[in-house]
Amino acid sequence: MQKFERHQGLVAPLDRANVDTDLIIPKQFLKSIKRTGFGVNLFDELRYLDEGYPGQDVSKRPLNPGFVLNQDRYQGASILLARRNFGCGSSREHAPWALADFGFRVVIAPSFADIFYNNSFKNGILLITLDEETVDRLFKAVEANEGYSLDIDLEHQRIVTPEGELIEFSVDGFRKHCLLEGLDDIGLTLQDEPAIRSFEQRHREARPWLFRQAP
Amino acid sequence: MAGQTLYDKLWSQHLVKERDDGTALIYIDRQLLHEVTSPQAFEGLRLAGRKPWRLDANLATPDHNVPTTLAERAEGNTGIKDPVSLIQVQTLDDNCEAFGIEEFRINDARQGIVHVVGPEQGATLPGMTVVCGDSHTATHGAFAALSHGIGTSEVEHVLATQCLLAQKMKNMQVRVEGKLGTGVTAKDIVLAVIGRIGTAGGTGYAIEFAGSAIRELSMEGRMTVCNMAIEAGARVGLIGVDDTTIEYLRNRPFAPSGEQWDAAVANWRNLVSDDDAVFDKVVEIDASEIEPQVSWGTSPEMVTGISGEVPDPAEAPDETVQRSYVRALEYMGLAPKQRITDIRLDKVFIGSCTNGRIEDLREAAKVAKGKKVADSIKLAMVVPGSGLVKRQAEAEGLDKLFLEAGFEWREPGCSMCLAMNADKLEPGEHCASTSNRNFEGRQGYGGRTHLVSPAMAAAAAIAGHFVDVRQFADVAPVQEA
Ligand code: SF4
Repeated sequence: MQKFERHQGLVAPLDRANVDTDLIIPKQFLKSIKRTGFGVNLFDELRYLDEGYPGQDVSKRPLNPGFVLNQDRYQGASILLARRNFGCGSSREHAPWALADFGFRVVIAPSFADIFYNNSFKNGILLITLDEETVDRLFKAVEANEGYSLDIDLEHQRIVTPEGELIEFSVDGFRKHCLLEGLDDIGLTLQDEPAIRSFEQRHREARPWLFRQAP
Repeated sequence: MAGQTLYDKLWSQHLVKERDDGTALIYIDRQLLHEVTSPQAFEGLRLAGRKPWRLDANLATPDHNVPTTLAERAEGNTGIKDPVSLIQVQTLDDNCEAFGIEEFRINDARQGIVHVVGPEQGATLPGMTVVCGDSHTATHGAFAALSHGIGTSEVEHVLATQCLLAQKMKNMQVRVEGKLGTGVTAKDIVLAVIGRIGTAGGTGYAIEFAGSAIRELSMEGRMTVCNMAIEAGARVGLIGVDDTTIEYLRNRPFAPSGEQWDAAVANWRNLVSDDDAVFDKVVEIDASEIEPQVSWGTSPEMVTGISGEVPDPAEAPDETVQRSYVRALEYMGLAPKQRITDIRLDKVFIGSCTNGRIEDLREAAKVAKGKKVADSIKLAMVVPGSGLVKRQAEAEGLDKLFLEAGFEWREPGCSMCLAMNADKLEPGEHCASTSNRNFEGRQGYGGRTHLVSPAMAAAAAIAGHFVDVRQFADVAPVQEA
């Protein structure tokens, strides 16, 4: 998993409450054998005017000009600003896969659905919960200022706005540690690499037949 | 201090580290890979820029999606008509190639169902830990290998770290003592066990099968028994090492040879539970009382002997059971108290990782020999568990015998066990199947599966309905291999 220490990025506002994982990535894309490549179908129903299906050439699809992520000023955004209960619905891990694949590293909202919350941190996405009022203020600032970007400092748990304002946020200590160190489950286990290596060596000496090369 | 169970021994031999929260890292000696549960694991490795920890611990083969007709297979991967299936198989090929993992591809003679291939190659050895992204990995426990079925994220974890995060289970012993009757097989033992303890009876336990009836089984039979431990709720099934285990492995391609073989054998002899080991739970079953089994419902515990009848929900022990019986009978299109022998079949499937090995095909062939599949049967198919099983069966002339009797003789794969390829049941069809799951829709939407042994499936194909295979006069005792 990619480490997350400090991130500065352009903010895109998605002014909607209860964005569910079906909206984030519709079910027809779950047949894929990959966990990458979902970015082009992120928010498929909002983003395109036709119906999406796997394997399409998306460059030929009509874009919905009204959707924020299609607007010039939000190209390259890596921070998503959203409303309450973001990520509700099905447990599909494809939702964070799609957000990450599109290029989002942070989502800011007043609240998030549980499973989505877990899935996102596992995939290196930082979710920041702020009170409704602050989120509302950010929405207004983003809309008023083209190129509005935020500086997210996970270590010190604060957001620095272009105006120089500091917004503090809280995050679970274990999750913070994993993000700062870039640790997923595998990363955590690999912290025990010396123990695994020395076990492996003893095991190999005691039972060499278990390590036979394929004939 | 009390002695150790086989499970305890295997656990402690692989324990890398225990964490404060009760989980442990255990070292994995062998990972078997197939096309359905591995693609996202490889993708995850790639995304994180990781490499497999130990390439030679892995062995891959496509099985779930491969077509089983000769014509389709002749075309290799391009014979796979469903584009999603094709992509999965191709992706496995590409991933194995890119990462350098040994793979038996679609038309390699060694290709087959992972749980048939591993043991057949000697890639499953006593004292190993074996994992595979498939719940029937319990099969490998027949070799006193600690085997776990795992999910895709765990597949990735094992690829990257050679370890599995696991929690120690409790110990259960299922003792099957006495002599099996003629025509009664390993499949009947395990169905009877599941009927007795229920599909959740083994949850949280590693089940060790023991007793004289288990000792007398061939390795094929033992694999059938361990394969279905998961249907009793247990992720792990085990059987201790004895001469049968050792003789089976001698000269297998991946098995050790020469001096290393002798050292291994000496070590393997200890892979049994100590006489004074204490089990958290013991279940005893009298082998002589087991009849050929037939499942009548939509869960493997809904099973009875061939002389039995479909239960009457009115007589169910409690309301929950009653409701599940009512629902099962409705789905299966059966009436309360209907005799098992009155269930008419539409299709017959002989194969799967439970019963797709050479001995299974021999048992079925013995019954089918010189007879004809009933006219009312739309399709009776025999699908060998691997290319090598197929080759062996053909060398023994079993293919001809099946074809003459009116069975189709197919190419190896999972086939109609889970109907991921084109082999499926139509809604409402009854199938005598040697596979392991009779869930709703498992063998095709609306399909009705009855789990039986290969001999019982063959007998049903000939009669057109279930019959007691023991009535087939020329059925010799099936234990001799
Ligand atoms: S034969 Fe059936 S149970 Fe066995 S691995 Fe294949 S699909 Fe799973």
